[in-house]
Amino acid sequence: MTVQKQPGPMPSQPLTFLRRGQPVTLPAVPPDRTLLQVLREDLHCTGTKEGCGEGDCGACTVVLGEAVDGQLKLQAVNACIKLAHSVQGQAVFTVEDLGGTHPVQEAMVQCHGSQCGFCTPGFVMSLFALYEDTGGGQGVDHARAQAALSGNLCRCTGYRPILDAAARMGELPCPAGARVDEAAVLRGLRTLGGARPDAPYQRPPTLEALLKARAAHPDAQVVAGTTDVGLWITKQHKTYARLLDVTGAAELRQVETYPHHIAIGAAVNLTDAYAALVAERPSLAAFAHRFAGLPVRNAGTLGGNVANGSPIGDSMPLLIALGASVVLMRWDPKRRAIAHRELRLEDLYTGYRQNVMRPDELLCWIKVPRPAPGEWLQVDKVSKRFEDDISAVCLAVKLRIEDGVVREASIGAGGVAATPTRAARTEAALLDQPWNEDTVMFASAVLRDEFRPISDMRASADYRRAVLGNLLRRHWLAHQGQRGLRLETLDLEALA
Amino acid sequence: MNAPDTALLQQQAPTATGVSRFHESARAQVAGAATYVDDIPEVRGTLHAAPVCSPVAHGRLSGFDTAAALALPGVRAFVSAADVPGDPLLAAFGHDEPVFAQDTVQFLGQAMGLIVADDVMTARRAARLVKPRIDALPPVLTVHEAHERKSYVLPPVHVARGDAAAALARAPHTLDGEFEVGGQEHFYLEGQIAYALPLEQDQWWIHSSTQHPGEVQHWVAHALGIPNHAVTVECRRMGGGFGGKETQAGHLAVWAALAARKTGRPVKLRLDRDDDFMLTGKRHPFAYRYRVGFDDSGRLSGLRIAMLANCGFSADLSGPVADRAIFHCDNAYFLEDVAIDSFRCKTNTQSHTAFRGFGGPQGVIAIERILGDIARHLDIDPLQVRLRNLYGVGERDQTHYDMTVEDNILEPLMTTLARTSGYEERRAAICAFNARSPVIKKGIAITPVKFGISFTATLFNQAGALVHVYTDGSVMVNHGGTEMGQGLNTKVAQIVADELGVPFERVIATAADTSKVPNASATAASSGTDLNGRAAQFAARHVRDNLAAFVAGLDGCGAGAVRFVNGEVITPKSARRFEDVVHAAYANRIQLWSDGFYRTPKIHYDKVTMKGRPFYYFAYGAAVSEVAIDTLTGESRVLAVDILHDVGHSINPAIDIGQIEGGFIQGMGWLTTEQLVWNDKGYLQTHAPSTYKIPTAGDLPPRWNIALWPEANREDNVHGSKAVGEPPFMLAISVYEALRDAVAQAGGDPEAMHAPGTAEEVLRALGG
Repeated sequence: MTVQKQPGPMPSQPLTFLRRGQPVTLPAVPPDRTLLQVLREDLHCTGTKEGCGEGDCGACTVVLGEAVDGQLKLQAVNACIKLAHSVQGQAVFTVEDLGGTHPVQEAMVQCHGSQCGFCTPGFVMSLFALYEDTGGGQGVDHARAQAALSGNLCRCTGYRPILDAAARMGELPCPAGARVDEAAVLRGLRTLGGARPDAPYQRPPTLEALLKARAAHPDAQVVAGTTDVGLWITKQHKTYARLLDVTGAAELRQVETYPHHIAIGAAVNLTDAYAALVAERPSLAAFAHRFAGLPVRNAGTLGGNVANGSPIGDSMPLLIALGASVVLMRWDPKRRAIAHRELRLEDLYTGYRQNVMRPDELLCWIKVPRPAPGEWLQVDKVSKRFEDDISAVCLAVKLRIEDGVVREASIGAGGVAATPTRAARTEAALLDQPWNEDTVMFASAVLRDEFRPISDMRASADYRRAVLGNLLRRHWLAHQGQRGLRLETLDLEALA
Repeated sequence: MNAPDTALLQQQAPTATGVSRFHESARAQVAGAATYVDDIPEVRGTLHAAPVCSPVAHGRLSGFDTAAALALPGVRAFVSAADVPGDPLLAAFGHDEPVFAQDTVQFLGQAMGLIVADDVMTARRAARLVKPRIDALPPVLTVHEAHERKSYVLPPVHVARGDAAAALARAPHTLDGEFEVGGQEHFYLEGQIAYALPLEQDQWWIHSSTQHPGEVQHWVAHALGIPNHAVTVECRRMGGGFGGKETQAGHLAVWAALAARKTGRPVKLRLDRDDDFMLTGKRHPFAYRYRVGFDDSGRLSGLRIAMLANCGFSADLSGPVADRAIFHCDNAYFLEDVAIDSFRCKTNTQSHTAFRGFGGPQGVIAIERILGDIARHLDIDPLQVRLRNLYGVGERDQTHYDMTVEDNILEPLMTTLARTSGYEERRAAICAFNARSPVIKKGIAITPVKFGISFTATLFNQAGALVHVYTDGSVMVNHGGTEMGQGLNTKVAQIVADELGVPFERVIATAADTSKVPNASATAASSGTDLNGRAAQFAARHVRDNLAAFVAGLDGCGAGAVRFVNGEVITPKSARRFEDVVHAAYANRIQLWSDGFYRTPKIHYDKVTMKGRPFYYFAYGAAVSEVAIDTLTGESRVLAVDILHDVGHSINPAIDIGQIEGGFIQGMGWLTTEQLVWNDKGYLQTHAPSTYKIPTAGDLPPRWNIALWPEANREDNVHGSKAVGEPPFMLAISVYEALRDAVAQAGGDPEAMHAPGTAEEVLRALGG
């Protein structure tokens, strides 16, 4: 038999965060302990529940507060896959902190929003984040509420009463102290520091410090939002003695706009990254909404999604189609400076979850070309469920058609191979061809045949191939001005 | 709140029942202060357990290598079949299920033992280091394979009425069909959990998230080889049950107790969600083969149907589940000449179990599908075909199991809903839409439900309760039912409050506890309020009678003249505050607490002939669903749902509507996105919410209208109410029929579509 290497005594370090305006300090927390474990097991705050341990049900939703450009940014995240040390120096709000008479809680009671009650604390916290985000629950419509609750599952109510509560909370009286006192929290946050530089869990505050830490600890597990690594801990039971969190580096928390591209830092979460992409290309809004649930978008980063390289990651087909590149950086000790290289996104990957990065390199920027005149972009995701699901197939097609001829074709596909990939043969089948039905039918056939997808629990290989071809046909119909082609944007009133 | 407001409130709500009281735990739930088993403060020395699961679907088990697991720091013990002092088989219905696999493993995921450790993650990590010695055997994974080999967990059952063969022979039209309907994972948000505490003198306290504390008690005692009275099982609430914690909770309690016995320490066993999926049974997947005859109007004239239930590796509750599928394959329709063959197939998968509807949905969907196909075959509106086949009133009213349908409201209910939902106009609008929409196609369907209320095993239709009135006039009620979110405790407290004439807030319901009310049936079969509510009502009535006699003595009136309303006890001579009466009664040594017992009247049923009156009454409802499909991808959306449902005289309209809505959405999940996928090794690939997709808030239909049928239960049931837990689940079959309508309107083959109607399944039916 193989002898399993036994983990030695885990290193640990102090953890401090702000709760109810007061610093909470735990003297010794291992680097791979989750925030949920700290809340439930160390602090005995059992209001926050574990439903799935993988960030898919939202029962563990808590709200984090962080100072961003001098303002308090509140976001709902899943505590079950959030590593505890990632909230060092932040404010943590749990269901217990709302006091019981908060308008969110009152609205949930009055609308009969809880049955078994197990998912309820998670819903309450997602609603609390929404409440704060909308100036006290003002103007919350159905769509806004559904988006805010996209990462919370309820098996009892059928959701209607909870959506009612979302609409209702803004109408209820707001008792003194119910709203977050932003100034007080910011003052409290300023009293908290980061972890000491040699700690097992590091979240360096600058790019240079981050790259130096990486050079010093090439064995450390790099993490960002831990929406995947968190599962390696909770589900695969992996342990990590050293973790390096990229999300603290101030430089990488920016989206920078240049004449020909935008650069999205590796610490920008998916919510903000997709907002930047949608700002450039508004047609991506429906697709962006379908990327995971809100708490995962709030925690996860675009950089993490790209660096992770999952073949079913939803960002990469789009980024490949847009011609995005990635900037890898490392600390060059000889030159005592940052060294970098840039490569096309699809060239990052060498195999299933394998890439070309050196042990001392980090993926720091994703550069996305800005829309050019004449760009025709369509992105499709097909999954069993509309919200918070993983693609069976994802296809992004960017074309430039001039005088009825395809002058540029850039196609990214997910769910069809071991890595996110470019559909190069299909691109070739379209390039310099007249943009007509014959070309589309031919290209669809090429696309169906270009990959050898697997059959799994999400879809069969045959289905994936069939849908790939059909999606290209849809692009053709859309380009011809056909409307009412997508269920996501189906306008009930208009169609009734 | 000031005095005038209080008066106004009381004026509006003179009774506790009939009013949408908030769930008794709502305020605690929204504050995170409602306690579930994992939230109970742990007793010092508590250890944590994790299951060791079979890596193969079928094999000969000859032992374990536990060295690596036991060497892990913090690991305390490995517990296996050798550690069971009592019966190595669980005290389950079929007595065919081992506590831990012994000699053979029968499904991938089966528990072969437990690792007990200081903390839960260490236990889980170590459990995976246990290496079983297994010689793999070929598994049986499909019902068809099992049926071919006559591999059954229980013998086949045949039910017939009339002469189906003759009726089919003379029918003007016949259709043959085959289809399959998938199973369903319960996905209670709180996973399975048990916490076993050894007490003095070989007595045990078990905290269990269970719908059936009495059965947990019995199973634990049976496995430990001790009498039932040595085991107390407590359940304050579950974080969802849906049938999944009827028998399945017992396994965990037995395992935790065995681990606690071996280590001499309290042991908590909380399953990781993935393990929960892998270990526990689900809704039974079914396969069907049928031949149906009908006339030119679409009226049925003969049905022969075979139903193959995938039961998994053991009987569990498969017998009664498959029976209920037989009882409900008529749904709302008179089947004059019918022959039903029910096969309870044994496969090497999880042992499928109770799930909301309990075989009813698998029966109902068969006949609804058949009627949909008949309508298309004859090109008649499916609503008309359904109406023509409904049970009659005073004629055509005998079920195939010889029960007369006495309370039939199907025809007025369906026609009312068709009118209020605008069914006919919308059907026309949909046809017009489809004619101009090349990619998106719509469909619409109306389906009814008639669901039999009572446990089909007559003996389970009994319940007990205790009502305690304390000297300050506060009231506690305890009953044998369990709270899983359905609002049972709220309704029971409402009933007790009205019986004693006190404000709702004066009554609390406490945790189900086998040491308070013994031998309680499972909280299942939608019967929770019918049974326990009545028992509690009787218990409260006994106390009230004691108080009435006492006050009558004081005022020199008859006890019948004493009224209990608005917190007062009123006689022709006086009005006293309830608490004053209680206080005085106590001083006069009057009993202020009582038990109550209820058994359902009228029911009788012969298990051998499968004839009789298994149900006290029927609950009815109907739904209209409108859907859209994407003919390029097969994806679908439910656009509009209109429901008219019969809950009798509602004890709590908000709670009843909550059951209707929640049941419908859960049923919609069953028939659309919730797909269980086992691979060719018997490995359940969809074992987490990342791969198993229940509906989200975004799936709620934009148009969503729920109405209640305005009539009390015609049978004498508590406060004129009807059971509501399960029946609405089957209303979602309208979604499935609407999807098939859309497929047909898009030129596809709806008869080729199995359930669930995933995107892939819809595209397949479209020929894509």
